[in-house]
Amino acid sequence: MQRILAGYVTAMCLLLMAPIVIVVILAFSGAGYLQFPPTALSLRWFARFLGDDQWRAALWYSLVIGAIACTIATTIGFFAAYALVRRPIAAKKLLLSLLLLPVIVPTVITAIAMYFLSARLGLVGNVLWIGCCHAVVALPVVLLILLATLQGVDVNLERAALSLGSSRLRLFLRVVVPLAAPGIISAALFAFLASFDELIISLFLTGIRAQTLPVRIWNSLHMQIEPTIAAVSAVLIGITGLVLLLDASLRRWRAARTGAGT
Amino acid sequence: MLMLPAFAMLAFVFVLPLAWFFTQALFAEGGIQQIASVIASRAVLQAILATNWISLLVTACVLLAGYPIAYYLANRRGLRFTLVVFCIIVPYFTSIIVRTYSWMVLLGRAGVINRLLQSAGLIEAPLPLLYNKLGIVIGMTYVLLPYMVLTLFATMKSIDRNLLLAASGLGAGGFAVFWRVYLPLSRHGILSGALIVFILSIGFFITPALMGGPSDVMVAMLIERSVEITLDWKSAAVMSLFLLAVTLVLYAVYYRITDLRRLMGA
Repeated sequence: MQRILAGYVTAMCLLLMAPIVIVVILAFSGAGYLQFPPTALSLRWFARFLGDDQWRAALWYSLVIGAIACTIATTIGFFAAYALVRRPIAAKKLLLSLLLLPVIVPTVITAIAMYFLSARLGLVGNVLWIGCCHAVVALPVVLLILLATLQGVDVNLERAALSLGSSRLRLFLRVVVPLAAPGIISAALFAFLASFDELIISLFLTGIRAQTLPVRIWNSLHMQIEPTIAAVSAVLIGITGLVLLLDASLRRWRAARTGAGT
Repeated sequence: MLMLPAFAMLAFVFVLPLAWFFTQALFAEGGIQQIASVIASRAVLQAILATNWISLLVTACVLLAGYPIAYYLANRRGLRFTLVVFCIIVPYFTSIIVRTYSWMVLLGRAGVINRLLQSAGLIEAPLPLLYNKLGIVIGMTYVLLPYMVLTLFATMKSIDRNLLLAASGLGAGGFAVFWRVYLPLSRHGILSGALIVFILSIGFFITPALMGGPSDVMVAMLIERSVEITLDWKSAAVMSLFLLAVTLVLYAVYYRITDLRRLMGA
């Protein structure tokens, strides 16, 4: 029985990773169409991706919007998470449930409503505004990570700082933020990823001016499945991998700190 | 005070657009009668049926596929645990559009699977794996599986092993221990996992839009179409309101039975 279970789990793990691995391999294919396994390897699809002005612009917009969304969501989320963990607030769970709503409400509805308003205000294609909209969707991710982090920060250290005459601002800047730094960086990374991968809101809000990578992939997929998309996908997968790797080392850092008694 | 920025942000960028959209689109000319005719139209009813059916199917698939994985994880440590978690986390954080594209490359008529099967001589004509319900269910199951595994794992991790020992000590066989003790103890995880997967399924858009056939139209797709293609804001608003209401009711149930911090498996 144990052997069947182990076999099943192994098979499922292979199945889970297979699509991602195969797309990355296809991105390096030398053939003009999608052929697996590839007969020759080349970087031509990456060259086409980075050599194309529109794809490059899409990469740039994705990065900029991701940075804006990540900054807003992490800052706002940090204060909210701090209040939820430290303050004696009634109905904490209810407040949290409201803050998590953006991931529960179907994104199509959110996106259309945002578009409806943005069109009236002339904000379609405005990078800063798209960043704000993405920040709303990234906020739940930030909150969940920071709630866990701040719960692990010893409240006595904050009391000590306050009793030694530290101001609120200093308390945040010199005590809370440094202690929670690994978690804050993690939260920022995942907030960036949430925006970087977001498709539906971008689909409605970017217009033709500020198309992001997922939007360009979406538009290309409706026309044909060409290997350039495999290369773009490989880049997106690479960035996801990088974020996960950074997060893993941040976790180790966090564990080392709590182990050392801070 | 500290929560003010978050709620202000939510109010202006999330709640305000929704409220504005619903009030403007619903109470424009035409009024209530049109609302009834939208809900009663054939296309909408069909989409509601299709959405329910696909979501139930996906929830069942995700539960059946995910339960053994979560069980395995709850009883392992060390390298094996890390490896399995790795295989679940990497797809989980990969962009949905990339994951959907990957499956399209695998399942298409000239896709990886059909070519391999053909060159192995197992089939003559390519199998219809994409652009139908099968494609949607495969794609959505793949995207939603991590939510189920992480939810189940959290519940299973808290099951007291001594209860299982007690059961076998009292003479229960391996199957009876699982069926009469372990499964009921993991009921809570099954319920919240199924709920969150179903909630996310009924609002799904990207995967069914790309992997489904012309007759597999889910509510979210119909909403997008009425805005993008027919510019029918009123129908879009009516359907959105309906989908939103169902989602919120289910979320309220989820809220009552689950620790919300487990939502993303963080």
